[in-house]
Amino acid sequence: MVNRNCRATLRLVTLINRQGHPHPPLSSSPSGIDACWKQLQRNNVHGEHKIVSFFSPLASSLKTRQWGVNIQSRCYGSASVLVQRNPKFSKLNDEDVRYFEGILGAKNVIQDDEKLITANTDWMRKYKGSSKLLLQPRTTDQVSEILKYCNFRCLAVVPQGGNTGLVGGSVPVFDEVVVSLSAMSKIISFDKVSGILVCEAGCILENIISFLDNEGFIMPLDLGAKGSCQIGGNVSTNAGGLRLLRYGSLHGNVLGIEAVLADGTVLDMLKTLRKDNTGYDLKHLFIGSEGSLGIVTKVSILTPPKLSSVNVAFLACKDYSSCQKLLQEARRKLGEILSAFEFLDSNAMNLVLNHLEGARNPLPTSLHNFYVLIETTGSDESSDKQKLEAFLLGSMENELISDGALAQDINQASSFWLLREGIPEALMRAGAVYKYDLSIPVEKMYNLVEEMRSRLGNDANVVGYGHLGDGNLHLNVSTPQYDDKILSQIEPFVYEWTSKHHGSISAEHGLGLMKANKIFYSKSPETVKVMTSIKKLLDPNHILNPYKVLPCSSIS
Amino acid sequence: MKIMVAIKRVIDYAVKIRVKPDKSGVVTQNVKMSMNPFCEIALEEALRMRESGLASEVVAVTMGPSQCLDTLRTGLAMGADRGIHVDSTSALHPLHVAKILMNLVQIEKPSLIILGKQAIDDDCNQTGQMVAGLLNWPQGTFASKATPSKLKNQAFAPTMWWGFPKDKSNMSQIGKKEYTHGTMKSLIDVVLDKEKEEVTVDREVDDGIETVQLKLPAVITTDLRLNQPRYATLPNIMKAKSKPIKKFTPQELNVEIKSDLEIVEVTEPPKRKAGVMVSSVDDLIDKLKNEAKVI
Repeated sequence: MVNRNCRATLRLVTLINRQGHPHPPLSSSPSGIDACWKQLQRNNVHGEHKIVSFFSPLASSLKTRQWGVNIQSRCYGSASVLVQRNPKFSKLNDEDVRYFEGILGAKNVIQDDEKLITANTDWMRKYKGSSKLLLQPRTTDQVSEILKYCNFRCLAVVPQGGNTGLVGGSVPVFDEVVVSLSAMSKIISFDKVSGILVCEAGCILENIISFLDNEGFIMPLDLGAKGSCQIGGNVSTNAGGLRLLRYGSLHGNVLGIEAVLADGTVLDMLKTLRKDNTGYDLKHLFIGSEGSLGIVTKVSILTPPKLSSVNVAFLACKDYSSCQKLLQEARRKLGEILSAFEFLDSNAMNLVLNHLEGARNPLPTSLHNFYVLIETTGSDESSDKQKLEAFLLGSMENELISDGALAQDINQASSFWLLREGIPEALMRAGAVYKYDLSIPVEKMYNLVEEMRSRLGNDANVVGYGHLGDGNLHLNVSTPQYDDKILSQIEPFVYEWTSKHHGSISAEHGLGLMKANKIFYSKSPETVKVMTSIKKLLDPNHILNPYKVLPCSSIS
Repeated sequence: MKIMVAIKRVIDYAVKIRVKPDKSGVVTQNVKMSMNPFCEIALEEALRMRESGLASEVVAVTMGPSQCLDTLRTGLAMGADRGIHVDSTSALHPLHVAKILMNLVQIEKPSLIILGKQAIDDDCNQTGQMVAGLLNWPQGTFASKATPSKLKNQAFAPTMWWGFPKDKSNMSQIGKKEYTHGTMKSLIDVVLDKEKEEVTVDREVDDGIETVQLKLPAVITTDLRLNQPRYATLPNIMKAKSKPIKKFTPQELNVEIKSDLEIVEVTEPPKRKAGVMVSSVDDLIDKLKNEAKVI
């Protein structure tokens, strides 16, 4: 349903842009649920009261000069709250465009429909904004000028990096100006002795990884989206990834950032020092703020040296408690060389094998219930392999694992990783997917998956996988198409369950738009109050990434 | 029937190769080494023949310094029955390898030698042919996937490499890929006929596929499309620890490692230059004439 709407939306957007029809028809949701699930956005424009109802299609009677109906947005209805365009944000006009052209040059001010559509739609194609302007600054000063002007004019801004976020935090909700950091992709400096890399926020993670590879270093974070995601976005969302178990989170690895505040002030905290206890460490505010406190323009990050011996093993366990015990054993026996510990259940495995070409089951002799991927990284090939083999054989004797395969070369290792990293893509291909990223105590993690299975029965395929080593479950419910009935079975049960077990409703994906009003499931009201005051302090006009992260109710 | 498989330890296929600053070779320090992909395929083919009952034993042979034992152990973990390590620290060229194999054959007396068609570090593509020449055995090189050859009394390799899952009710959940390993088509490219003591090999040549029938004992070198090598599973790794490895030196085998080749220089291929946009046809002609000098 969502995908169809997307295409319909595309056609309508182009139609409107051409003909100037302000109001496209909206396909109504088939289920007759109560009003809070319906998407009705009112467009109050400076006294012009045009109530855009989605039951009355077309056009001629409604001649608003400016419109801002967000058509697709929450068709699948995760947000149970009406999001209204904040009337105090100004509308973009030609004078603004000309001003931006003056700062950036006409080439970097984009109003071209096709490029706007890509910038307006997120990777999952769930969220679609209606921004009319995409800016591509090349220097921090340009970003500062842009924000200064937008703050003065009260124009809402969405900072955008690789646009690979999964919670709708990287795309506009209405007609916010998109400031893309993609053009700022220089690697500024790299110190080979300390391994400290300074680069601009628009560098794609994979490019940085190849650059570092030449120098004999690696990035402390690695995610499936590395081909498109940018480091500025990773830092702004405090991305986790596959190596968090070994190298820690970005809060530990980022040594400094340069950020631009909403009023254009450039905060240069770009130090390359491991230790600097002078005052409050403000960079931590920006790491994970999802672009709502400032736009990150430069990052200085500590990179670990590339160790030569990497071993990957793909194992099968018969039940979840063996997976847990295996984790404990791995921590103890493999200790310092353990660099990743991922798990996936049999549903996830089947999905990948069925939907991804090139995916090959390393343990095909029988179907197992759980699969675990262990990676070790060390400096001595032979001793690491011995350690790993001893651990694996010991675990087999203790019946913690029922079978396993050890990768003998890099190709085999990549094929094991493909099985784990390819799950999100396989899910996309299987149809509609409801994604949840939860931090739950390790003992209870799989209980949620089993409860969801009993709740949804045959209607949906509940898939559980994730970073078992970090206590992070990626719960995905795969259905042939989006259905509000299924959604109502999932939410808010998932959030309440997580909250009851003192977990986090968003382990690494962030809040974005999808969970903007759900923060109270994981944070106390007092904490949120302080967050709101910080937001007010750094961005008094709330122009940076509005409607996201913090609940609308707290920001007036 | 005994099969001997020669495997070589090379720089891992996925590693980015760098040339040493003194241009004497490539950087091998701290670089991941693993079994030559073609040798993996050769070993896999030998294992399949043994599993189908056409062979009784698979012996893996490797030559080089002591680190080669890692690769040999991988071969044993994949399923080879015994290993032979010819210890030598000097550089071994194809002719040396071929002579060593020739002498090993007198000791082991296999009926079939399977090798990879070439090693990815030197790309020589000589060893298999040299061995066959020295032994005066027939050779079937570049063995690849092909249509089944039709001979009477053939022993076909069976369709159950990986075995079917014990619980057949779950079969619908298994992806189709699991079965393609086991279908007849992908297997019958090297067909061993035990009674007639012949092997039929479909060779991938420039013109297409050539089918040759070889009388045993014979030499086969494997090409990429022959099969997909199996992973080393833990039970097999465990068994491999107790498999015997015999050690030899080139002197014991009466082979003198004397090199007639001297590597003068190793350089990187020239980097691909960025393309140039031309604005008009005249500009293009001018560039072709004066810069590229092709017209």
